[in-house]
Amino acid sequence: MRSLSLTNTEVRPRARRQAWFTTVLHYFALILVALLMIVPFLWMITTSLKAPGSVLVVPPEIIPRSPTLESYRRVAATVPLLRMLMNSVIVTTAIVTAQIITSTLSAYAFARMQWRGREALFMLYLATLMVPSQVTITPLFILVQRLGWMDTYQGLILPGISSAFGTFLLRQAMLGIPREYEEAAFLDGANHWLVFRHVALPMIGPSLATLGVFATMGSWNSFLWPLFITRDERLMTLPVGLSLLQGRYTTEWSMVMAGAVITVLPIVLIFLVAQRAFVRGVALSGLK
Amino acid sequence: MVGERGFGRVGWLLFFLTPGLAGLVLFTIIPLLASLVLTLFSWDLLTPPRFVGFDNFTRLFRDRNFWAALRHTLSFIFGYVPLVTVLGLGLALLLNVPRRGIGFIRTLYFLPVVSSWVAVALLWSWLFNPRYGLINYLLSLIGITGPGWLFDPDWAMPAIILTSVWKDLGFVLVLFLAGLQAIPNDYYEAASLDGAGRFQQLRYITLPQLAPTLFFVTVISLINSFQVFDQVWVMTQGGPAGATTVLVEQVVRHAFSYGEMGYAAAISWVLFVMVFIATLIQFRLQRRGAFDA
Repeated sequence: MRSLSLTNTEVRPRARRQAWFTTVLHYFALILVALLMIVPFLWMITTSLKAPGSVLVVPPEIIPRSPTLESYRRVAATVPLLRMLMNSVIVTTAIVTAQIITSTLSAYAFARMQWRGREALFMLYLATLMVPSQVTITPLFILVQRLGWMDTYQGLILPGISSAFGTFLLRQAMLGIPREYEEAAFLDGANHWLVFRHVALPMIGPSLATLGVFATMGSWNSFLWPLFITRDERLMTLPVGLSLLQGRYTTEWSMVMAGAVITVLPIVLIFLVAQRAFVRGVALSGLK
Repeated sequence: MVGERGFGRVGWLLFFLTPGLAGLVLFTIIPLLASLVLTLFSWDLLTPPRFVGFDNFTRLFRDRNFWAALRHTLSFIFGYVPLVTVLGLGLALLLNVPRRGIGFIRTLYFLPVVSSWVAVALLWSWLFNPRYGLINYLLSLIGITGPGWLFDPDWAMPAIILTSVWKDLGFVLVLFLAGLQAIPNDYYEAASLDGAGRFQQLRYITLPQLAPTLFFVTVISLINSFQVFDQVWVMTQGGPAGATTVLVEQVVRHAFSYGEMGYAAAISWVLFVMVFIATLIQFRLQRRGAFDA
C-alpha cells in the first residue's frame, strides 16, 4: 500500500496523511503493548527497593520515596541466598556442559557414521521428546532416594545430563557438512576424533549456541525436580529457595520481590547477550 | 573403513554414543517403563510395594479430586490456548512491519519467557493482591472494585490464565513472526495490484498461508498446558477451596504428600496419554499436509 501511494501522484497528499495517521496509531498500539510487558517488571524492582513493612499501603507508592536495599539484606539474612545462587550456577554450568558434550558426541554418531540400527535408535531419541517430565519423575525420585542422592549435587545434576532435543538439533547441523571435508581429513590419516574435533565442531557454532542458551534457561528455571529432591536449604537452587521465601513471608512482598529480582536478573542478562541464538532456537523448533 | 584408527569400528561408535545414550536410558527410558510398572503397585516407600493390579486405574474413576483436577486443567486449556494464540497472532501482525523500535519491543516480550516461572508467579501474586496490588488499584482508578483474584474460587483460575498468557506471549509471538516472514512478498504485491485492501490481504493471503503455524502453535500450547504446574503451585497450591487443582499438582500431591507412588504414576500416565494423542494428531495432520494452503 505504501509503495502504491508513492507512485500515484494524484492521491499523494491524502495517502500521506493517512500513512502518517496509521504510523501514529501503530506506535500507540506498540507502546501500549510494550508497557504491558515492562510495567510488571518495573513493579517487581520498585517493590524490592522499598523497606520491609512499608509496602502494604493504599494507594501504592509508585516510586519508592526512600529506596533502600534493606529487603535484599533481610532476604540474605533469612535464607542462604548466596549459597542458593551458587547452587544454581553450579547445577546450571554442570548440566549445560554435560548436555553439550553428550549431544555433540551422539550427534556425530547419528550424522557422520554409518551403522545398523541408526535410524531406529534415532527414532527412539525423538520419541522421548514426547514424554512429559511428570511421567518419569516418580520413579526418578525413588531412584535418587534409594541411591541416597537427596540433597546432593549429583541428584540435581545427573538426571539432566543428556538431551534428546540437543542431539536432534546438533545432528541437523552436522548433516549439513559436506562429505568432501571429512574425506580429505580421513585421507590424511585422521581418525573420527580428529574429524569430530577439527571438522564437525567448528561448523556447528550457531546450533551449539542455541543449545547452550536453551539448556541454560531450562536448568536455571527448573522447579519441579529440585523442589522434590532438596529439603536442605543449603542445597536448594534459586527458584526453590524463592518459593520457600514466599511460604515464610507471605506479606513481606518487598523481600519476596527482592528474591525474584535475584532469580531473574542473571538469566535476563544471559538472554540479552545471547538473544539471537535464543530467538533462532524458538523459531526453529517451537521449544521453550 | 577409514577413520577407525585407534578404537576400531565398534569402539568408535561406543565412544560417541555411550555418554548420551547412558543418560537417556538411565534417566528417561528406564524411569518411563518403571512408572508404567509402578501403576500396578501400591507403594509408600516405607513398606514393601504391594501388587494391586488395575486398582489404581479403577480408583481414578471414583476419585472426585482427580475429576476436579481434570476439569480445571481443561478449563485452563480452554482459557489459555485461544487467548495466547489470538493475542500472539495479533501482536505478530502488529510487529511484522519494518518500524523503528520493533526489535526492542520483541526483546521486551521475551523477558517473561526467559524468566523463572516461580519469580513470574510470585510477581503476579503480588500484582493480583486484592487489597494492596497494583491491578486492583488501577481498576479502582476507573471506578471498578476488583475481585479477590487468587483468594476467590471464581477468579483464581482466570488470574492464573492471564499470568500464563503474559508469560508465554513472546514465545508464541516469535513462532508467528517466523511464519509471517516465510510468506513470499510477491503475494502481497500481486494482491495490492489487484486492488485488495489490507483486510482482504489478511483474509485471503496471510491467514491461509499462516495456517500451518497457527496449527503448530495451538498444538504446542495444548501440550504445554496439559502440564501446567509451576504457576499453580506457587500462586494457589490448588486453592482456594480446591478451585485450581490440576493434573500435575495431583501427581505431586499423591507422590510426595500422601506417599502413594503407584496412584501418582497412574495419574501421570493419564496425562501422558492425552499429551501423546495431541502429538499424534499434530504429526498426522502435518504429514498429510491438510493445513497447507
